[in-house]
Amino acid sequence: MSKLSEITATRELILNLTLRELRSRYKRSVLGWAWSMLNPLSTVVIYTIVFKYFFHAQGPVGRPSGLKNFSIYLFCGLTAWNFFNASINGAMGTLVGNAGLIKKVYFPRENLVFATVLSSVVSFLIELGVAIVILLALGNNVLPWIPVILLLVLLETIFVTGLGLIVAVANAYFRDVQYLVGSILLQMLFYLTPIVYEAKVAYDATAGHPVLRRLYTANPTLQFVESFHRVMYDLRWPTTSNFVYLFVASGISLVSGLWVFNRFDGDLAEEL
Amino acid sequence: MEDAAVVVDDVSKVFRLYHERNQSLKAAVMRRGRAKYTELQALDHVSFTVPKGKTFGIIGHNGSGKSTMLKCLARILRPDTGTVSTFGKVSALLELGAGFHPELSGRDNVYLNGSILGLSRKQIDARYDEIVSFAFADSGQEDRIDTPVKNYSSGMYVKLGFSVAINVDPDLLLVDEVLTVGDEAFQRKCADKFLELKDSGKTVVIVSHALGTVRDLCDEVALLDHGKLIAIGTPDEVIDTYMGGVETNVRRDGEYGSRWGEGGAEINRIEVLNGGLEPIERISLGQAAVFRIHYRCERPVPKPVFKIEFHTLNGMTVAAGNTRFHDRVPDMIDGEGSLEYHVPNLLLTPGRYDVSVTLFDYEMLHPYDCRHRFHRFEVTGGLPPDVDGVVSLDGTFHGSMLPEQTWYRT
Repeated sequence: MSKLSEITATRELILNLTLRELRSRYKRSVLGWAWSMLNPLSTVVIYTIVFKYFFHAQGPVGRPSGLKNFSIYLFCGLTAWNFFNASINGAMGTLVGNAGLIKKVYFPRENLVFATVLSSVVSFLIELGVAIVILLALGNNVLPWIPVILLLVLLETIFVTGLGLIVAVANAYFRDVQYLVGSILLQMLFYLTPIVYEAKVAYDATAGHPVLRRLYTANPTLQFVESFHRVMYDLRWPTTSNFVYLFVASGISLVSGLWVFNRFDGDLAEEL
Repeated sequence: MEDAAVVVDDVSKVFRLYHERNQSLKAAVMRRGRAKYTELQALDHVSFTVPKGKTFGIIGHNGSGKSTMLKCLARILRPDTGTVSTFGKVSALLELGAGFHPELSGRDNVYLNGSILGLSRKQIDARYDEIVSFAFADSGQEDRIDTPVKNYSSGMYVKLGFSVAINVDPDLLLVDEVLTVGDEAFQRKCADKFLELKDSGKTVVIVSHALGTVRDLCDEVALLDHGKLIAIGTPDEVIDTYMGGVETNVRRDGEYGSRWGEGGAEINRIEVLNGGLEPIERISLGQAAVFRIHYRCERPVPKPVFKIEFHTLNGMTVAAGNTRFHDRVPDMIDGEGSLEYHVPNLLLTPGRYDVSVTLFDYEMLHPYDCRHRFHRFEVTGGLPPDVDGVVSLDGTFHGSMLPEQTWYRT
């Protein structure tokens, strides 16, 4: 409990560390912050070419929106995924990257993870803003759904913060974590999540295997991406089970993340 | 313990020195989590209390655990047993400018560093001007505060870091010997700031090798040896214990000096010469003097720094110079050799003085050989005919009612 009050007392530090990450992110690049939009847009263009033109992916028909556009379907899921991916990768690197600071000054070390997640939230919001503009241009009126989108952003932020705390401290003890998680697990997770394909494809493939189906839908990134699809692409509420899942998963993630981090962060100055 | 600023109760810390540091899962699994390591007892059941408003020194030779102690006080390390309680806002000067981001401007870094040290934005706003002028006013570089710190010289970097840390206005300030940085003028400013903190009733804990500084600044001193608390008390008592200690590597040097260092290279002797490079017994005030330092290295010493200091007999350092600040550091020395410190006009008032010579590593933290006050020399009266005080400012009097000055220095 004293830890929590300490973290709240240093919220300005969290803000400043976040600003540090944001300010230094695109320093010395000519296009600067334009990159935060060019990156996801270029991914969308590449995936569209590969999956739409090579594999003839069509993109689902949004119900009730009636929208049918593979690129924007991809974009909606990709923003939610990018945030997850960037936060986890950022969290894994932040303790190691700030080893000099950790060895020389005391402050709640959680703040480093919070700051890296928060800086990813900023990119997330920018990407969502771009997605909303495109959706509006395509005739999908997502404006009334913005509060729901923000609620989902909040839930995903809580979720990745908890998970980020765990991978951050794990990577400080075993550097394998960044290779294992960064290049293998995250890549697997990306294809286990309906981003470049529709969830229906996977549901059809697992039709006769209820256990596989359950495992597939138990993936938290699937739950997040599907919720964003429903709200932004279909223009309807996420299912109750989506919501229940996300609330519970976020809560468990944050509590266990704080616990694990607090359990192991005392020796960080020695481990790094 | 109401008037305690720090209570250290039965603190132990063991470091694991891994033979083969391999932070990988495979290695951990193969050895089933039992990596080979030697345990190093850095702190061994240490207990002490630092009263509020006192300046407290921690001394001991390298590896005695004093820096570990300071890191435990700063909460950077967690003790294995025992507790450390500190009261009030703590600021630690362990590494200056830790957390500076090279791409960001000095201004952004002041705010960032300030908040790492626990200041709110408002508090930094209030102190901002003071922080910048403390760091840069002397050198007139204040306008560079808005340029990225990667363009700063290492001196500017450290000055800005120190300025932020000291202006945190802590109740408890922890200082490591890293503070022997910056030019002499800046060091003097830092010393003044310490005295100011001390006068305003703040608690300061200093870890240092520099016994002179400890003696001058501290009210109470603790001596650590191999992680154990050996002595605690007034600076004079504890420093005497330290110097006389069998287990310490500080040795007596001649009649009145002391000597310590990590070895590998040594200062053999010092010669006092006149301007014509002839050995002399006494130097007259105002005359040229040359101090020739002879050294010998057992192995090549990269980037060595020589420091020469002059002290009065009661221990006050009158003047000092080192080859690093003079930007005269060779890449490497080996074998035997000598160097000279030329003083065009020795402006010390008549009396006896001690000289110290230290051969440091480039960081000036670890002396290979420090010969503290190992040579005594005498200054006799000369020109200008000043006798009081410690130094002559080489001033002359002027005024229309005054008779002509009858003496001139050649």
